[in-house]
Amino acid sequence: MQASNLRSLQKGSGGLMSKIGIIGDADSVLGFKAFGLEAHVCDDAEKAARILRDIVREDYGIIFITERYYKELEEDITKYAELTLPAIIAIPGSDGSYGIGLSNVKYAVEKAVGADILFGDK
Amino acid sequence: MARLNVKPTRMVLTKLKVQLRVAIKGHKLMKDKRDELMRIFLEQARAIKVLREEIEPQLEEVYQSFALARGEMNPEVLEESLMYPKNRVTLTAKTKNVMSVDVPAFTFHHDSTETGNVYPYGFATTSGALDQSIAKLTALFPQLMKLAEMEKEAMLLADEIEKTRRRVNALEYVKIPAYEETIKYIRMKLAEEERGNQTRLMKVKDMMVAEQIELERARTAKMLEEAKAGAF
Repeated sequence: MQASNLRSLQKGSGGLMSKIGIIGDADSVLGFKAFGLEAHVCDDAEKAARILRDIVREDYGIIFITERYYKELEEDITKYAELTLPAIIAIPGSDGSYGIGLSNVKYAVEKAVGADILFGDK
Repeated sequence: MARLNVKPTRMVLTKLKVQLRVAIKGHKLMKDKRDELMRIFLEQARAIKVLREEIEPQLEEVYQSFALARGEMNPEVLEESLMYPKNRVTLTAKTKNVMSVDVPAFTFHHDSTETGNVYPYGFATTSGALDQSIAKLTALFPQLMKLAEMEKEAMLLADEIEKTRRRVNALEYVKIPAYEETIKYIRMKLAEEERGNQTRLMKVKDMMVAEQIELERARTAKMLEEAKAGAF
């Protein structure tokens, strides 16, 4: 049932106005409000997971998640990975960068190539 | 190697030959697709790495100046100043097709680029740090959008590459050898049958010849007998 839902979601999202969302703690999210992003403030992973579950079905084009919560929600996020939209992207939060964004790219490279050939020097 | 469970007949052999041809062609195409996807993907991944390394420290700066603003300003006022976004960003999401993978293409524009004023508040009650952070974030925004688009594309491509690679390997190491093995098996089986038939025919022929010879002998013997009887 979920799969069919997701598929219809994917079909319905071609070439229209989409929202941009951001999930994170109050400090990180604040500035993005000034750009009209839909800011979802949360203070624990559970709430973040609930928010993500709710908004992933709406017509968001991009959902930014601060790295702290991205790490916690990894499992949920992989479920939505095959959807064209929304793009769920990790950005560093106000508590600094955990390097998750880069490690995501690294992970994708490993998945595609079978070995890490871009970041090996690090 | 695993041979397919089929009856060794000419009909099946013909079918398998066709399937083998299709599999080889498919394997080649799939391999080409994988290579091209890989090229695009690696290019993308390199660009993302650079972009991320550029964005992350800048974003941290933004947070720092927001923290400053937070310190200098009364939280209610701060909240209030950002409550109504003036510089609203509208995003249009389209999909584009990269090697049969649907990836998002984002275009966006700021509402207030025309007026040039990106601050959603008056300057009277707010701190300079807030102005700074908004300005920085405005400058950073296009890059963030670009990053989102590229990362999503890279993730989707990585997925597709993995799938394609599996297909290539399945064809190369399982399907095609199985077809070849089965075709060889059927050929041998048919040849064996052919040989069996041949020997059977030869045997039958031998028997028939022996019978003829026997008859002929009997006939000549009889004729000799009659000739002898007639002579006396």
